[in-house]
Amino acid sequence: MKAQGTVFKYGDNVDTDVIIPARYLNSSDPQELAAHCMEDIDADFIKKVKKGDIIVANKNFGCGSSREHAPIAIKAAGVSCVVAETFARIFYRNAINIGLPIIECPEAAKAIAGGDEVEVDFDSGVITDKTTGAAFQGQAFPEFMQKIIKAEGLVNYINQR
Amino acid sequence: MGMTMTQKILAAHAGLEEVKAGQLIEADLDLVLGNDITSPVAIHEMDKMTVKTVFDKDKIALVPDHFVPNKDIKSAEHCKCVREFAKKHDITNYFEVGQMGIEHALLPEQGLTVAGDVIIGADSHTCTYGALGAFSTGVGSTDMAAGMATGKAWFKVPSAIKFVLNGKPSKWVSGKDVILHIIGMIGVDGALYKSMEFVGDGIKNLSMDDRFTIANMAIEAGGKNGIFPVDDLTRAYMKEHSERAFVEYAADEDAEYDQIVEIDLSQIKPTVAFPHLPENTHTVDSIDDISIDQVVIGSCTNGRIDDLRTAAKILEGRKVASGLRVIVIPATQKIYLQAIEEGLVKTFINAGAVVSTPTCGPCLGGYMGILAEGERCVSTTNRNFVGRMGHVNSEIYLASPAVAAASAVTGKISQPAELGL
Repeated sequence: MKAQGTVFKYGDNVDTDVIIPARYLNSSDPQELAAHCMEDIDADFIKKVKKGDIIVANKNFGCGSSREHAPIAIKAAGVSCVVAETFARIFYRNAINIGLPIIECPEAAKAIAGGDEVEVDFDSGVITDKTTGAAFQGQAFPEFMQKIIKAEGLVNYINQR
Repeated sequence: MGMTMTQKILAAHAGLEEVKAGQLIEADLDLVLGNDITSPVAIHEMDKMTVKTVFDKDKIALVPDHFVPNKDIKSAEHCKCVREFAKKHDITNYFEVGQMGIEHALLPEQGLTVAGDVIIGADSHTCTYGALGAFSTGVGSTDMAAGMATGKAWFKVPSAIKFVLNGKPSKWVSGKDVILHIIGMIGVDGALYKSMEFVGDGIKNLSMDDRFTIANMAIEAGGKNGIFPVDDLTRAYMKEHSERAFVEYAADEDAEYDQIVEIDLSQIKPTVAFPHLPENTHTVDSIDDISIDQVVIGSCTNGRIDDLRTAAKILEGRKVASGLRVIVIPATQKIYLQAIEEGLVKTFINAGAVVSTPTCGPCLGGYMGILAEGERCVSTTNRNFVGRMGHVNSEIYLASPAVAAASAVTGKISQPAELGL
């Protein structure tokens, strides 16, 4: 499985309050949440994002509140993958549990620039910046998490057991 | 190789003799928690499951606290969804408006969390119960749904940082100053994926409310959990609030830590975290005049009775600065009543503050104290992210109840010493 898209680049400590501000948490509808995704850090994001696009960020992406609405909003906005130097742990769990592909790769996070065209191969963990030609090896998921991802989320995984 | 306190609790709940950092385990849960924002998503996920019943109706806690009393029609729909789920599954620990409180103050008070437990909650500040010697951590709604259905959750066993707390805090220095000091030192991802284990002789000088505040903000350093050893104070608290049997765990002497940090509590000064990260800490004696528009005293971090007593001591016989709004929010109905009986509420109202029913409201920019563009707030809450309490160009300064109350009197960020206290 592969993802390919244009990169939206962000810095350190992107918190879930800026990914989806709490003033919108009176809804849990994915499309409604997606309409406000990244609003407080990048008001243009939702106007520009296309299906398949990729978010690349530095360390501690998704820190703060445990709101699952954050990965739900990102996924519903059409984002195919998030690459970061590191993820905050609750966001990491949530993304796996709802089937939003994420991958940790400090080298890629540092080198890739906003607007670059990037391809991510989930099977090999290889991230390729098609704009610059550079390739990076991301961290593969442990087998246990791969099972959850393959089942397209924790609910299906539990149903299959 | 020995195990940390956290590792021993996780091993026992996974039915294993031993666990190691990095190991993936499945652990039995003693409690699964959700609120009015996260539970509706979990309930929706549970609807997709083949398992249609909850694992144990006594081991689930549902606490509508973020947007209650309902702030608008959509919030009312969310609360209705949680209420109907609780009724359908006969959930023992559902807390309606009138009985509810802010979840992380409420559950220990209700005796639902005790030492040795493994607890997950669909709220990041679930780490609070580590103050009692439990393993507790925040998760998302799907994990909550899986927990409600199966009574189990998967964890990667964390490594740990040991914080050795020595000495006695000075007057007006509280658990909030201790944890802000620590986050300032290690950063908002300083404990990413790790346990923060607090030990040392200084712990006996920290009240239970101080310990709840410290464990509560472990997540603000990226921590998986924060945990305190069980001592006489913990035992007394649990005996007063709970009928449940508790199990005391202690780290092995040869437990391995990624890092050991020594902290002399007597050296910590009143501390404030500047916008827009909890790691941007400064001691109050080192800052220039910063004028403010609002003060919030409350939240799962600092809405407990000790916090209100401290604030009332400072506001007693004094007035809120002209043009300033001061909002005091007792964290539970019991604390609220206690604050009325002790005369604290009278002190707040005479000073010119407003006192609200328990709610998370302003902490996450929900309602009950939203900031306009350019406004500044000193808040005893836990996050000062961009737009957290309102407009994207507003500012939050995180502080202790003592600093918040002193600032309420002067209209700028201040410590009690500036009032001659």
